Amino acid sequence: MATGIRDKVAIIGMGCSQFGERWNDGPEELMVEAFTECLQDAGIEKTDIQAAWFGSCFDEVGVGKSALPVSMSLRLPNISVTRVENYCASGTEAFRGAVYAVASGAYDIALAIGVEKLKDIGYGGLPEFSTAMGTLNQLWMANFTAPGGFAMLATSYAAKYGLDMSEVKRAMAHVSVKSHANGALNPKAHLRKPVTEEQVLNAPQIAYPLGLFDCCGVSDGSACAIVTTPEIAKSLGKKDLVTVKALQLSLSNGTEFAYDWDGDHFVTTSKASAEAYKEAGIKNPREEISMMEVHDCFSITELVTMEDLHISERGKAPKDIMDGFYDLNGGGVPCQVDGGLKCFGHPIGASGLRMLYEMYLQLHGRAGQRQIKDPKFGLTHNLGGFPFMNVCSIAIIGKQDA
Amino acid sequence: MAGITSFGGYIPRYRLSRMVIVQNMAWYFPVIMAVAGGEKAVANWDEDSVSMAVAAAYDCMAGHDRKELDALYFASTTMPFADRLNAGIVAAALNMRENGVSNADFASCMKAGTTAMISALDSVQAGSRKNVLVTASDQRRTKMATMFEMFYGDGAAAVLIGNKDVVADYLGSYSINCDFVDHYRGQAKEFDYGYEERWVRDIGYGKVIPEAISGFLAQSGMKIGDFAKVIYPCYFGGTHKAIAAKLGIEKGRAQNNLHAVCGDTGTAHPLVMLVAALEEANPGDRLLVAGFGQGCDVLAFEVTEKIRDMKPRTGIKGSLANRVELTNYQKFTKFRNLITADLGIRGEANPNTSLTVLWRKRKMLLGLVGVRCKKCGTPQFPVYPTCVNPKCWSVNDFEDYEFSDKEAKILMFTGDMLSPSVDPPAVYGLIAFEGGGRTMFDFTDCDLNQIKVGMKTKMSFRRRQTDNMRGFTGYFWKAVPQVEGGDK
Repeated sequence: MATGIRDKVAIIGMGCSQFGERWNDGPEELMVEAFTECLQDAGIEKTDIQAAWFGSCFDEVGVGKSALPVSMSLRLPNISVTRVENYCASGTEAFRGAVYAVASGAYDIALAIGVEKLKDIGYGGLPEFSTAMGTLNQLWMANFTAPGGFAMLATSYAAKYGLDMSEVKRAMAHVSVKSHANGALNPKAHLRKPVTEEQVLNAPQIAYPLGLFDCCGVSDGSACAIVTTPEIAKSLGKKDLVTVKALQLSLSNGTEFAYDWDGDHFVTTSKASAEAYKEAGIKNPREEISMMEVHDCFSITELVTMEDLHISERGKAPKDIMDGFYDLNGGGVPCQVDGGLKCFGHPIGASGLRMLYEMYLQLHGRAGQRQIKDPKFGLTHNLGGFPFMNVCSIAIIGKQDA
Repeated sequence: MAGITSFGGYIPRYRLSRMVIVQNMAWYFPVIMAVAGGEKAVANWDEDSVSMAVAAAYDCMAGHDRKELDALYFASTTMPFADRLNAGIVAAALNMRENGVSNADFASCMKAGTTAMISALDSVQAGSRKNVLVTASDQRRTKMATMFEMFYGDGAAAVLIGNKDVVADYLGSYSINCDFVDHYRGQAKEFDYGYEERWVRDIGYGKVIPEAISGFLAQSGMKIGDFAKVIYPCYFGGTHKAIAAKLGIEKGRAQNNLHAVCGDTGTAHPLVMLVAALEEANPGDRLLVAGFGQGCDVLAFEVTEKIRDMKPRTGIKGSLANRVELTNYQKFTKFRNLITADLGIRGEANPNTSLTVLWRKRKMLLGLVGVRCKKCGTPQFPVYPTCVNPKCWSVNDFEDYEFSDKEAKILMFTGDMLSPSVDPPAVYGLIAFEGGGRTMFDFTDCDLNQIKVGMKTKMSFRRRQTDNMRGFTGYFWKAVPQVEGGDK
């Protein structure tokens, strides 16, 4: 009988590069920047790392294929390195690989690292992906982009709950305003200017009904984690351990796209979060989750995700958002504590690990101006793909005794 | 008796007022002001002769089983492929049988449509085929500020030829073939090259058409007065009238050349005008139709009582009523690729089309054929070997299921300014078909501001991508939102 991952693995070090338009740096420099911080934080030698997992998504325009870019950039001592790619869950997948490897007993200490160098393509937004969808799909799939794919969710969500689009737009605007406010407090964020609701609402349209400020930034960045067992962590002199409480992944199987779905929620997130709470021993997430970093690729994604994480009731996310329940000091569950994808941008392979980095800092009381009082559980969430067909990952980490 | 057993038509929804052309281009060539009246039909940027032929063919096949077709003929001078059977693309879009059928392209001449009809009628009369679908379609690009730009419109028509439940009996035909070159388009040339209009009017249309019609009358012993409508294309208004006078056609019996409402649709035009005439015809009416180009074909029909039993269709009348004015001349020139506008780096991706995939998935990609699970009855698209119904999940237990003629409802949609598009925003969404099945499609012929969740859609076969590097045109189906009462 499977017992889940709860408290079997501890994070002993994390690193995160400066996110932004790193015109003068490639994926190699970004990875070394994150890794140097991580290794120092862990207080171990590079040679103590026995295996590594590497997340990157757009290998066509970034690092290239295989895990060699990591092994070469970090000059790892000929250890096993595995490249994983699962859309926007790629970073969390790397983390999952390293954590499971340690939990299995196959290795004592493992590294998870993610990177994406997006700003080498010559145009805004994510790299064009129609050619990366497979030879059959590229002959028939609609001419869609990431913002358009998610924008559609706003139309069906509004229809489902009988909301006027202006109400949804206002709640979405608050999502972005809140994240910008948090990002302004974070020296590693790409976008550090607070914005107003009016600015968000008046921004040029990207894909109806999403405006420019409903979309996350596009940035370069890298983040990484070193994991081991709690026992080894203690033997290394680590205190106040941060342990992995849950790791869940859920993928669409075509039901939403081709069978039955109202377009009002993420089937995968709903399932993965429920499984994650079970794995972590969390009964009431609205009360027990201290903070979250969710996949706010677009404001509407975050809005709907609040319901699929079973924190806002169905149809009630706009109200919770407008009530400030997800604001940093709103007395609820602070969301996008570090500024989110909104302010960090979304270097895909790095994002999951960047989210965990903030949770890790918070749990250790090292989050500076953003510090939340005595957090116990931090939840991270990625949603790769599109509302109708996606990969969802959830991670929960927390204090060992939580 | 052989004859027409069904008919259909398609005129694209955009109409360009000739005054718009004049306002934009008369500074360059003021002569175009002479024909500034009326409007011409303009194919959307994602339409071409093949896609319009498919639309006309579906319209024509309303109430008829596409599986019973023995042949499909496609007539056009603007076929996307010089070597690949263009009729084969139309046939695949109709999900026609592949075995035991004989499809063909009729090309290179304005009368190719009537010639295809004669061939189809001959084979049905001979008893070698039972049901032959004849489609004709043209979408001719013209240089800016030319008379061709003023005269030409886009459109398609289709007639089903058979010998059962004939709605218009075939009374015979007569043809003249001569190398009269009023205009031509050389190999690999983009545009028509025309000769002096005065000569084309007097020695071409004005002489050849009357000669051919007189020839038919002499051969058949019929009189011009026997015909309720005489149908012949001629975009010169004065010459059209002069031909009627010369032949002694009574007032009101010369079929309108549609110059005012759609322009001359080239190879399609004799069939477009014939379908327009059939839509108004009564049992007992005799129709004479002529196709002009390097000679002239003349065919005669007599409408039967069966015309009253035909299922409703859009036809020429219906598609003319589905009209949106294109007020932006630049948009028209961009649609026809006459001006260069930047699509952006995002639009550069240009993978080749996998012909192995296209072959393996031709029913899906060209016919919009999905499957229905034999166990649970769920229609589904796209097709995976395992049933999509989570309560079923049976494997490879399917029968073919056509989505091309199914209506659907919009579940979610957007208008995307980031997606590279000739006509931004790129509008697309997820739609659910009546009777089951759903998937995401590009939308076309629509205005984002009028789309709502829950709105009905119909499917339309469209050009999906043009690979200019390799000369390949790819097709797929798009959803057309059905805005009640038409849009602006």
